Amino acid sequence: MLKILKYSFYDLMRSRWSYVYFAFYLLLGIVLLFLNNDLSKAVITLMNVIIVLVPLIGTIFGVMYYYNSKEFTELLLAQPLKRSSIFMGQYLGVAISLSMSLILGLGLPFVFYGLFESSAIWDFSLLLITGTFLTLIFTALAFNIALSNENKIKGFGYAILLWLFLAVIYDGLFLMTLIMFEDYPLDKLSLIGTMLNPIDLSRTLILLKLDISALLGYTGAVFKQFFGTSFGLIVSFAMLTVWVILPVLRIIFKSNKKDF
Amino acid sequence: MKKLVVFFTIIFMTGASLAQTLEVCTTCPISSLKAAIAKAKAFDTVVVKKGRYNEYDVVIDKPLTIIGKNHPVIDGKNKGEIITIVSDSVTVDGLHLINVGTSYTEDYAAIRVKSSAHFVIRNLILEKLFFGIYIEKSNHGKIRNNKIIGDAVEEYNSGNGIQLWYSKHVDIEDNIVQHVRDGIYLEFSDFCTIKNNLSSLNVRYGLHFMFSNDDVYQDNEFSNNGAGVAVMFSKRIKMYNNLFKDNWGSASYGMLLKEINDSEIIGNTFEDNTVGINIEGSNRIIYKHNNFSNNGWAIKVRGACYANTYTENNFLYNSFDMAYNSNVNDNTFDRNYWSNYTGYDLNKDGVGDVPYRPVKLFTYIVNRTPETIILLRSMFIDIIDFSEKVSPVFTPDDLLDNNPLMKKVTW
Repeated sequence: MLKILKYSFYDLMRSRWSYVYFAFYLLLGIVLLFLNNDLSKAVITLMNVIIVLVPLIGTIFGVMYYYNSKEFTELLLAQPLKRSSIFMGQYLGVAISLSMSLILGLGLPFVFYGLFESSAIWDFSLLLITGTFLTLIFTALAFNIALSNENKIKGFGYAILLWLFLAVIYDGLFLMTLIMFEDYPLDKLSLIGTMLNPIDLSRTLILLKLDISALLGYTGAVFKQFFGTSFGLIVSFAMLTVWVILPVLRIIFKSNKKDF
Repeated sequence: MKKLVVFFTIIFMTGASLAQTLEVCTTCPISSLKAAIAKAKAFDTVVVKKGRYNEYDVVIDKPLTIIGKNHPVIDGKNKGEIITIVSDSVTVDGLHLINVGTSYTEDYAAIRVKSSAHFVIRNLILEKLFFGIYIEKSNHGKIRNNKIIGDAVEEYNSGNGIQLWYSKHVDIEDNIVQHVRDGIYLEFSDFCTIKNNLSSLNVRYGLHFMFSNDDVYQDNEFSNNGAGVAVMFSKRIKMYNNLFKDNWGSASYGMLLKEINDSEIIGNTFEDNTVGINIEGSNRIIYKHNNFSNNGWAIKVRGACYANTYTENNFLYNSFDMAYNSNVNDNTFDRNYWSNYTGYDLNKDGVGDVPYRPVKLFTYIVNRTPETIILLRSMFIDIIDFSEKVSPVFTPDDLLDNNPLMKKVTW
């Protein structure tokens, strides 16, 4: 598996897209810092970008990589290799190279700007950690979709739909439910609703560190009690990990069963 | 010659009434404040030397000047009120009063002024107190340069730092009030000036106004108080250049206005509060040259607010610029700077060409269902906010700033 991971990783490192992705984040970081002149403000703006873009790019990249390297995968399958290690190697290769572009692309400008002397370092690390989690989650989901769909167009369609659902439609449904049941106590429901969507969960995690925490107190102590404590933080990260593990397990399961 | 006679007469008169000075110290013939007051004649000066005096229920019933040298400590031993002033023209200066008794039936104060005029209370240090300076039915006084440090934890068993009750024309200046229930409390007190005070870390309000008209408060700092500043049921209050900071918590605000009419709020700074100003039933108020920065809500309008004008304020990086719970708007917004404004200025006159709508759809939703705040900064919310901006349905469509400024207002 490590060999395949290494191969996928180097392959991607050489590819143009990784550089474009890296350059995009680098540029974004630099522009934000120079326009804002305020580290914590830049972190907020960055959050908006990360929450929307990272899942999108993870999904598209994952699906694209799977379809592009299909012939090579079939060649590998002819070798005496475990199927799970082939697909896991590919998945990790994509996910790690994307995470690296993200961390380096955003990290470099901030480090040069003087992140280590700033109090925003924890907020920023949280941002990068959730960004990495989102990459892992959405690349895995993309591999799932690609494995289940032979048709490229269909695969891309589902991938985009998945992203659209989790990033936008889910929040809409969530909002509707909250408004429809406004006569009932909603603390638990909104808590669960947030936990179930990795994008919402990441957003809440970052916001609680930034500006929302006191506003939340307004609606009742439940959110604050939950997300504000280290217990809440641990549960949230556990939830994100579950979101990584489940699709990965399905990749292994599906790839073992699949008839190529 | 005639003038000279008048002159000498005046000199003679003042000389005759020239007060004598009594000294109080632990080893002197007069070793207590009470004894000194009993001995003193009207308009005498009592000088209290450095030391520790265990006294309570000291009643000043003649016009005296009491001066503490190097802050002598008057210890009330938690037995009750320390000093009560019942005479006009009393000055108390430089004492250090500690251990006021706590009572649930009487409001014991470190120093109380009862139905007297022209009092001056200055340079005092008050510690371990129930109520600090309590002025009742007393007019034309000055409270200056005092330091009141309480140890209040709960609202029900603590008192206020400086309390005015039915007192007019009182100046409260340069005081520091911390760790009490309400820093400064005014009830039925008109024509008072509150200036340059620091009121912070109090359990309830930094400043609390009830039924007090025509007062001015300016250049004060109110920070880290339990619930900020409350101005209620008053008219013609002028609030200038105050700083409201870090009033952060589930029921906190920088300032609460309730039933305030015809007032002016000019040049104030609201920073890092959960709610900058919470407004209920307040009419004809002028908001000008205020800075609202990094608040949860800059302004929260709860209803029944008419004919208020908001001009040339800066709204900087608040999570919500404005919450408004009604569909009707009778307030005017003009020439403010909004950091969330996304319009353009083609003719470069410094005024945006597209009006700004301070109330977003999401604000409306959060007002209705507070739990939805969990969706703050979600992409879906941005989309519905945008569509509401294009064609307002839920938010009042005339609530807009027609001349949003492109640059921060400076004055």
